[in-house]
Amino acid sequence: MRALDELVGRAEALVRDNSLPSVRRWKEATGGAAIGYMPVYVPREIFHAQGVLPVGIFGGGENLEIIRGDAFYQSYICHIPRSTIELGLNGSYDVLDGMIFPAICDVIRNLSGMWKLQFPAKLSRYLDVPQNFDPAIGGGFYRKELVELARELHEHGAKPYDAEALRASISAYNENRALVRELDALRRREPWKIPTSELYVVLRAALLLPVEEATPLFRDYLGLVRAESSRRPLDQARVLVCGSFCEQPPLALIRTLERSGCYIVDDEFLQIHRWIKGDVATAGDPLDALVSAFLDDAIESPVRYIGDRAKGAELVARVRASSAEGVLFCAPSFCDPALLDQPMAVKAIDAAGIPWTAFKYAENNGQFQVIREQAGTFADSIKLWSGV
Amino acid sequence: MPRSDETPATALKDDSQLQQKTMIAEHYRRLARVALTGEKNVYTFVPGNLTELLRSFDLLPVLPEINALQSAMRGKSRDYIAIAEKLGHSEDVCTYVKCDLGMMKSGNVGPTGEPLPKPDLLLLSYTGCFTFMKWFEILKAEYDCPVAMLHVPYQADGRVTESMRSYVVKQIREELIPTLERISGRRYDEDRLKELLRNSARAEDDLVFVLESAKHRPSPIDAYFGGVYYIGPIFTAFRGTEGAVAYYRALRREVEERLAQGLGPVTPDGELKNERFRIVVEGPPNWTSFHAFWRMFADAGAVVVASSYTKVGGVYDTGFRHDAEHPIETLADYCMGCYTNLGLPARVAMLTRYVEEYRADGLLVHSIKSCNSFSAGQLMILREVELRTGRPCGFIESDLVDPRYFSAANIKNRLESYFQMIEQKRAGGVS
Repeated sequence: MRALDELVGRAEALVRDNSLPSVRRWKEATGGAAIGYMPVYVPREIFHAQGVLPVGIFGGGENLEIIRGDAFYQSYICHIPRSTIELGLNGSYDVLDGMIFPAICDVIRNLSGMWKLQFPAKLSRYLDVPQNFDPAIGGGFYRKELVELARELHEHGAKPYDAEALRASISAYNENRALVRELDALRRREPWKIPTSELYVVLRAALLLPVEEATPLFRDYLGLVRAESSRRPLDQARVLVCGSFCEQPPLALIRTLERSGCYIVDDEFLQIHRWIKGDVATAGDPLDALVSAFLDDAIESPVRYIGDRAKGAELVARVRASSAEGVLFCAPSFCDPALLDQPMAVKAIDAAGIPWTAFKYAENNGQFQVIREQAGTFADSIKLWSGV
Repeated sequence: MPRSDETPATALKDDSQLQQKTMIAEHYRRLARVALTGEKNVYTFVPGNLTELLRSFDLLPVLPEINALQSAMRGKSRDYIAIAEKLGHSEDVCTYVKCDLGMMKSGNVGPTGEPLPKPDLLLLSYTGCFTFMKWFEILKAEYDCPVAMLHVPYQADGRVTESMRSYVVKQIREELIPTLERISGRRYDEDRLKELLRNSARAEDDLVFVLESAKHRPSPIDAYFGGVYYIGPIFTAFRGTEGAVAYYRALRREVEERLAQGLGPVTPDGELKNERFRIVVEGPPNWTSFHAFWRMFADAGAVVVASSYTKVGGVYDTGFRHDAEHPIETLADYCMGCYTNLGLPARVAMLTRYVEEYRADGLLVHSIKSCNSFSAGQLMILREVELRTGRPCGFIESDLVDPRYFSAANIKNRLESYFQMIEQKRAGGVS
């Protein structure tokens, strides 16, 4: 088997195994604590600095049979909380010493309370992030949240907070994020070299590994795709996929979009890799550096208040920067942040003259024929009619 | 096209209901006249509303959730929602938002038949509901007006920390008050704010008396369907006003009188004379078929003795009162204490306490498709309360203002089964 196929296959196997084997191995080897976190962003550097493995929890995907999870949620609530509860109850997450629930929406917020009641012996923490971006107001609040988080991690077996260790962790994650930026840049330039379905499993597997393994994984993958000479450009439409930042689409859906004639040149999957746009400062107080990065250097997102800035402007800029020819609004069913944001984003995209289409999914969807036809028609229309 | 089955003209109301209806109608008329009077208005939300602060600047509050529910009760929401969905708003999301947007696109006509003014400010009191943020982003794009964001941290651990309080206080003091000064053209007047806060505390005392009167057998009030009338003035535009103080004093007297006479609550068809079931309800009511929904309870002799919905604009029965001596801090505490800003363990504890203290037969969850803030986790809440109290819990579903999701036959069937379950439990000798 070629090295590239072997690497991607190994990543996909990790992603598909909901029992978190890499986390179990890491715990056996180190004796450290592992804490899961839900989308979209947590400051992983703090966990790492205190010897904790941060573990990305992104739902159960298409192969998990939901038995008990549906008894916790009404039919009109999205799928990710029910698969998360299912995996908690069936023992898959026994290896985790706790869970962090960042402020995304009311469903994930309330899941934090459900977790407290269901798993009282474990750490269950809601991480409130500021919607006020004044350093003295929102910044001050967020810094105290981070201090409190560090204290709670220590209470649950982690090393105590240490500024020097945090600086080192920030450096480690800066290197990791820089490689993601490099991969993204290569995908924008030569999307045939990095199919998004492949990049996705590599990026997602990395969230199940310590950063010391994730960074070499990215470096290896980057080297292998650069060296790969058999991948040739096809006459596909370049699209940006928008709205899939929390509950993730089934991998088969991403592959369906590619097979329907689309190169995905930008997306919102696994946003934690791209939430902070540049490097976090390594000089000065490291908590202040994390706060500043969150306040001033984070991407726009439907879960983040944008104040007086124009809604959709950053999305239009991303379309331009990635030379995308169209936008696929691809949101999970019943996702409040994505679906409430979508009409405003559509308006901006329309005003900029960018073609778009929209559909919804759930993480456990298994049939994609309708989406394949829709995306295929969209790609064809771009190739045939754009610029005419 | 089928319309709401409401017949409000035939529904019986007690004096307080009529009084609050008059107050609210007068407020809408005042809003309709702002072009003539020059008064400024601020759109904001019920949870975390800062009515006293707005009033201290002579700013008039407008509550879009109230407009939406009023539209539903007048049978308008179906068409308004359809307008929003035609504009691309998903069928999956909050119908309050879509109803409000549809109303705006249809001329923004309020419940009195007069148009509501455009907002001079959108005060995004971001308390206990993620959708609020998106709602006002949508309105900002429509009205092109300023927005003041007040981010209220969530009480995940069931407590307010100094960090949370300080965060909200700073936002109010350093950002919101200067914005209100700019919008209103008036200087911040703390003495005036304190006076309004003292009024709030007086009204809150009386409201708590009224809500807690349901601990008596028979209960003189219905704390859900009747409760929405009782909370109307204090949750909307009147907290802190002399009018609210007078209303709650009159309401208290009315309830005291009912208590003295041993009367049951007033329902749409008159006094409920035979209290058969005492129920605690979790979740907001349905507004499109409000009276039909209420009658399903009243016809069965079921009285709601406590509800979480009547705490959505403020939790007062655990002792919180607006404190005029700490005017900004008390506003911060008020915001953080609203029901949907409480973590699930605190919600479970509150509902368990209600079932026990109000000697209820059980908890009924009314789950709302539109409202994840309330709904996500309710099935677990139900099981937890059942486990802790040993009393049967029931579950029904509909929506706030979308009549497509109110299935009368289905809800009635489920309610009948639930009441039968309570009777069976009683027959088994379990209290």
